[in-house]
Amino acid sequence: MIPRYQTILFIVLLVASVAMGVVLWQLRERAHQRLVAGQDSAPTQAPEVAPAEQATLLVASDADNTLVAQDQSLPLPQDPGSRARVILGKLLDLYATPDAAHPVPGGASSIAQVFLLPALPLEVAGPPAADRLAFHVSESSDAHPTTLGSAAADFQTQDSQGQTPPQTGPQLAVVNLTGSFAASHPSGLETETLTVLSLCGTLHANLPRVTQVRFLVDGQPRSTLAGHADLTRTYLAAEAVPSEGTHP
Amino acid sequence: MLDAAHGGDDPGGRFSSGQPEKAFTLALSVRLRSLLAARGIQVVTTRESDASVDPNRRAEIADHANAQACLSLHATESGSGIHLFASSLAPAEAVHFAAWKTAQAAWVTRSLALAGVLNSALLHADMTVTLGRTVLPALDSMTCPAIAVEIAPERGLDRKVTAALSDPGYQARVAEALAAALLEWRTEAGRAEAGQP
Repeated sequence: MIPRYQTILFIVLLVASVAMGVVLWQLRERAHQRLVAGQDSAPTQAPEVAPAEQATLLVASDADNTLVAQDQSLPLPQDPGSRARVILGKLLDLYATPDAAHPVPGGASSIAQVFLLPALPLEVAGPPAADRLAFHVSESSDAHPTTLGSAAADFQTQDSQGQTPPQTGPQLAVVNLTGSFAASHPSGLETETLTVLSLCGTLHANLPRVTQVRFLVDGQPRSTLAGHADLTRTYLAAEAVPSEGTHP
Repeated sequence: MLDAAHGGDDPGGRFSSGQPEKAFTLALSVRLRSLLAARGIQVVTTRESDASVDPNRRAEIADHANAQACLSLHATESGSGIHLFASSLAPAEAVHFAAWKTAQAAWVTRSLALAGVLNSALLHADMTVTLGRTVLPALDSMTCPAIAVEIAPERGLDRKVTAALSDPGYQARVAEALAAALLEWRTEAGRAEAGQP
């Protein structure tokens, strides 16, 4: 015969076990609901591929010390800073090809970031007429006849058509290059000058608001690109001054 | 005034032969100085040995020399022939106290004229020449007709090197052509004209 107190104890333990089982089941369900709710809040929309747009690249040539305007069709993000980075990356990709007219190793990954800021007043950026770039834009069979000014006008037209957000005011572009790009860049007055000019000119041709350009290397100021081209200055990309011509 | 670029702890570029740019520019400066001295032209140099010279010091030497012509000598393995660069500063009127970093502005017109004379002499010596403008701190602070001369290998139409930087014959041709150009410049311009922007 089972004592009465043992029967009561057994029943109490059984009820407690069932109650704990129910509570555990409910906790598990709640945890599952939280997990499902968290997954629902994550973006499930597939990333859209940016539509291909025309970009104007000012491609340098060591042979005759010129910049040639070339139109390229490539997917461009809407954010101006990312857009500038992609365009400059494409330009450096061209320079990294084996048969490039201006061979520079590195490619698109050499552009770490491009920051767009309100332009500095000229008195702060540097003396007037100083650091003005000398562009000599040539035309080739696959290049449209343009100067930097007309290229800028083309993009202004696109602005008016609503393809890009309406914007006002000049901008300073800060181009952050990688240290490996600077370290592997060929040394020389002509080659370094052409690299700087083509980067500045390409930025201004595609983002007309960019009138001033500064360069950093690995986020730090650097005196020269590879021993010659001055990287401490603010370059005025907006003013296209014809050079004295070339003698191939 | 001859300015052999780089020097000391600044080797400049390094050529495929292993020679640093600073050694090439110094050798060219010494050779050119001898050629000019033989023609009766007084020469001031920024360095005579493998020494570091600050860009500001180079400009100071040029400015104190009151030189008729200032050449900054460079070398590269990129491109072809001789690259002549004038300052990218816009021409400006001469003033009593010019800003240090833009002092060359008052001399840009004369510098471009000097580039023309150098160009003619080099083309006459059957060399490939490209002209351009650049931003070079030492050049921008010089108060004299100033040109940066960059020597590159001679290349054929197929881009193959026909005369390397290490070719003594090529070096001699370049130095002779530069010396002839400077002699012509002195004859053409004269000290009085060159002394006034």
